Amino acid sequence: MAYRFDAGHYDVIVVGAGHAGCEAGLAAARLGKRTLILTMTLNSVAALACNPSIGGTGKGHLVREVDALGGEMGLNIDKTLVQCKMLNTAKGPAVHSLRAQADKFKYHTEMKKVLENEENLSLKQGEVVDLVVEDNTVKGVVTRTGATFYGKAVILATGVYLKSRIFMGEINYESGPDGLYPAQFLSERLKALGCDMRRFKTGTPVRIHRDSIDFTKVVPHEGDDEIVPFSFLNDRVDRPQEPCWLTRTTEETQKIILENIHRSAMYSGDIKSTGARYCPSIEDKMVRFKDKKSHQIFIEPEGMDTKEMYVQGLSTSLPEELQEVIAKTVPGLENVRIMRSAYAIEYDCINPLQLKPSLELKHIKNLFSAGQFNGTSGYEEAAAQGLMAGINAVLKIDGKPEFVLDRSEAYIGVLIDDLVTKGTNEPYRMMTSRAEYRLILRQDNADLRLTQKGYDIGLVTEERYDKYLKKKQQIEEEMKRLENTYISPSDANELLEKLNSTPIKTGMSLYNLLKRPELTYENLAPIDKTRPDDILRDVAKQCEISIKYDGYIDKQLKQIEQFKKLENKKLSEDIDYDKIEGIRIEARQKLNQIKPRSLGQASRISGVSPADISVLLVYLEQQRRKNKERD
Amino acid sequence: MYVNDTIAAIATASGEAGIGIVRISGDESIKIIDEIFRSVKDKKLSEYKERRMTYGHIIDPDTEEKIDEVLCYYTKGPYTYTREDIVEINCHGGTIPVKKILQLVLRKGARLAEPGEFTKRAFLNGRIDLAQAEAVMDLISAKTDKGFDVALDQLEGSLSKKVRDIRAKLLDMIAHIEVSIDYSEEDIDEVTLDYLLKESLEIKNQINNLLKTADAGKILREGLKTVIVGKPNVGKSSLLNALLKESRAIVTNIPGTTRDIIEEHVNIRGIPVRIIDTAGIRETDDVVEKIGVERSKMFFNTADLIILVIDISTELTEEDITIMELIKDKKALILLNKTDLPQKADLDKIKELVGDKKILKTSLILEDDLEIVETAIEELVYEGETRAKESLLVTNIRHKDLLEKALNNIEDGIKAIEQKMPLDFVEVDIKNTWENLGEITGDVVAEDIIDHIFKNFCLGK
Repeated sequence: MAYRFDAGHYDVIVVGAGHAGCEAGLAAARLGKRTLILTMTLNSVAALACNPSIGGTGKGHLVREVDALGGEMGLNIDKTLVQCKMLNTAKGPAVHSLRAQADKFKYHTEMKKVLENEENLSLKQGEVVDLVVEDNTVKGVVTRTGATFYGKAVILATGVYLKSRIFMGEINYESGPDGLYPAQFLSERLKALGCDMRRFKTGTPVRIHRDSIDFTKVVPHEGDDEIVPFSFLNDRVDRPQEPCWLTRTTEETQKIILENIHRSAMYSGDIKSTGARYCPSIEDKMVRFKDKKSHQIFIEPEGMDTKEMYVQGLSTSLPEELQEVIAKTVPGLENVRIMRSAYAIEYDCINPLQLKPSLELKHIKNLFSAGQFNGTSGYEEAAAQGLMAGINAVLKIDGKPEFVLDRSEAYIGVLIDDLVTKGTNEPYRMMTSRAEYRLILRQDNADLRLTQKGYDIGLVTEERYDKYLKKKQQIEEEMKRLENTYISPSDANELLEKLNSTPIKTGMSLYNLLKRPELTYENLAPIDKTRPDDILRDVAKQCEISIKYDGYIDKQLKQIEQFKKLENKKLSEDIDYDKIEGIRIEARQKLNQIKPRSLGQASRISGVSPADISVLLVYLEQQRRKNKERD
Repeated sequence: MYVNDTIAAIATASGEAGIGIVRISGDESIKIIDEIFRSVKDKKLSEYKERRMTYGHIIDPDTEEKIDEVLCYYTKGPYTYTREDIVEINCHGGTIPVKKILQLVLRKGARLAEPGEFTKRAFLNGRIDLAQAEAVMDLISAKTDKGFDVALDQLEGSLSKKVRDIRAKLLDMIAHIEVSIDYSEEDIDEVTLDYLLKESLEIKNQINNLLKTADAGKILREGLKTVIVGKPNVGKSSLLNALLKESRAIVTNIPGTTRDIIEEHVNIRGIPVRIIDTAGIRETDDVVEKIGVERSKMFFNTADLIILVIDISTELTEEDITIMELIKDKKALILLNKTDLPQKADLDKIKELVGDKKILKTSLILEDDLEIVETAIEELVYEGETRAKESLLVTNIRHKDLLEKALNNIEDGIKAIEQKMPLDFVEVDIKNTWENLGEITGDVVAEDIIDHIFKNFCLGK
């Protein structure tokens, strides 16, 4: 056996300090556990290794939810953003999504500061190469230098580092992202421990020198005039904002790429792993959508203290020598100087069907995992899982029931349920279209949905909890007031006419007036004489949304009610589906593999039919009666 | 199919039983019956005591049409077979009244019960014991082995193709909406409300057309209820006899109606036709005269087809005109008979009175003229659609139920578009429509949407 020494004992050990690792470590430490975060290099804590931005559709919702539960990502981006935008404002409130450009260096240092200042949390540099596992239970981790850290629970958040390999044209070599070392040993060890490891691929575009851009040929895209903070703790965020810049590929770009397509690692056959469809390289776009003559290129600042710019849209695995030639065909980039080349990267990750909804591995007790290791892509997806894994590791140590959010409660619930129920064949990215109950899971009400839960767990601070209670109470009072305040025709009609709204004949409540599309909380102010002065903007918005869209919100609430009925029919993990007659073979195999927690979850497994669910329903009732007879 | 919604089914064996029973179980049962039942004292069923057989009528609240006279009662859970609230409606036997009532119940919010579902609920809600449960299990697993394929086989190929075509269109719309939402910054064309409206209206039309065939499907299953009317001696009996030819079919009493009326069953070009025959017709008596105007009205109301025979060799009489007015809004064929004789009736007057109804000139002595009548009946059943489309009939009540739900959802969607609701709200209705139709063909997979998005739009960083 290689050299090993006892390096200390902890409650929770987190492997990796990316977005999943940071949330996991902070959650565990904040819940009072002695926590260790190990990372291959402290220089890349919370690294934004790809795009310098946080949020976006679906992802912004995740950040809000992490924040509402007491996580750190929202606070950190509020401290470090260089541009903020609310996306989709022309659409319904449910799909409004926050997205911020981040100063990626500041994002890293600020998050590192938070980790360093957290009580109960130790941050150490070291590559984990092995796990200590006894009786199917994880007991600790071993680093390359032989240091053995013992822990009651371990959370794997290894990102893209496991056996990672970089591809640029004909060249490929073992490497982590951005010139960092890969983790060469842990993956093999996990396979030996029975983990079903698979290989995924992602990529990143070129970074260019700001001074080499001809700004007369690119179009600025500014942030919103007013920054909406990510964190519910922040009432406002005042930070200087930087524009992003838009340009487009040309027919020349397309020509060069298609002529050289055989040199792309993606097309030469060198890369065999699965990439994400929503994150295609430029050559991918050109091949798959030949008719599209031009593609958007966004140039985004990497930070305030650097001249490096991120070129969204120029992700490629073409050879380095061609990358500059290609970039130069884009207006504004004729004299471009590339500072970091684009590359594709392959890495090992686990089949998430091996995980429980708590993110604990089914076959190794007290071992949890989160982030890209679980087959997802994106900082926000990683943070959400990290937070949940951290919470659940603590609950497990304390012998408490696990904390699982369902699909009607949070995007986090959708994300984890998708992973552990359906698995994924490509790096998984959150989108609002994945959420069935999108109208309820809004980014504006994440605190109303989740802060109480976070408080019950112990992760939400008193300050956050008080804010939440105050908002909740105000909403209740204000809704009552809107329902009970009637406006007479003589008071209302002048304003209504001005707003092109049909005059009223008898008194009408503010509630009913607000149902009219052309009327808003704001434009009714002149006739709303009893409106309290201290109404929070968020409160007004919540009231307005619940009133205006109540028909559709009711529709979804009814769907949720039906959904819950099946979610509440629990299935035990020890059911042997081979012994239940009437289930088809394909369903049997899937059920044995996934071990769903509820009939609802079972019904979402591909290959399990409604008839199989009927059989399970009957089986459940049989069991219940047998147990009753025994009692 | 495994949620505790309200279910309904016909509880009696199909066929010519003396009474038919429609059973409803679930939270909404009483609410539903209160919407469609009126006692003779004009009260709702829930205003009477539990378990009391109450006499009254089932009335379609949307059309005020009296569907049947019934006896019904309700019992509240848990002291029922399923341990849920149960309502039973006893109506006249024979397939038509029972099915009509069932359809009305479904329209009011119940779902058609799966085979064995009442028993399954009885078991799940703790009403029956383990041994009985084994039987249920067998029932369900028998269904499992056959799987979805059977259900699919039952679908005529062209119906499932049609449904899939509509779904493909809906999927395009959904993907368009989703892309506009999830990738709002990509340079793809944002979906427009105009496009959604156009497509939704088209889809509404297509669903409507399918539902129309459901009526034709019903006719193929249950027969075309046909009434021949006309004043004495115009040729009603020749027509009847010609239609019956040698194949003098079964003659049955229609239960629950007057004993004067019997049914003749004939097969016209594959369409089962039930000719309602008042004893009078063959005696060249007149229906209207014999059973009175009020009752003939009721009689016409239940018919799928009315054939009015007019003798054009004589002047039109008051009687002819009364009948023509009575059948104004009905599906009817007008037979101008005795064309072999000199014409005396005012043709223009007839045209004016019957509107756009099909008018046939015949001389029923001729074999060829019978052909004309048969062709006209056939065309009416298929509503001008050719025989080639015969397989495109919705014959399954579950499919009809789902098509109706799909129709409601797409109509909600159209309303939302017209009110300029945000895209993500409109999408709720469109997705529901897509899911309803998916239940018909057995393919409801959420992942479809995401695949479709990435196949059709160039996205990503």
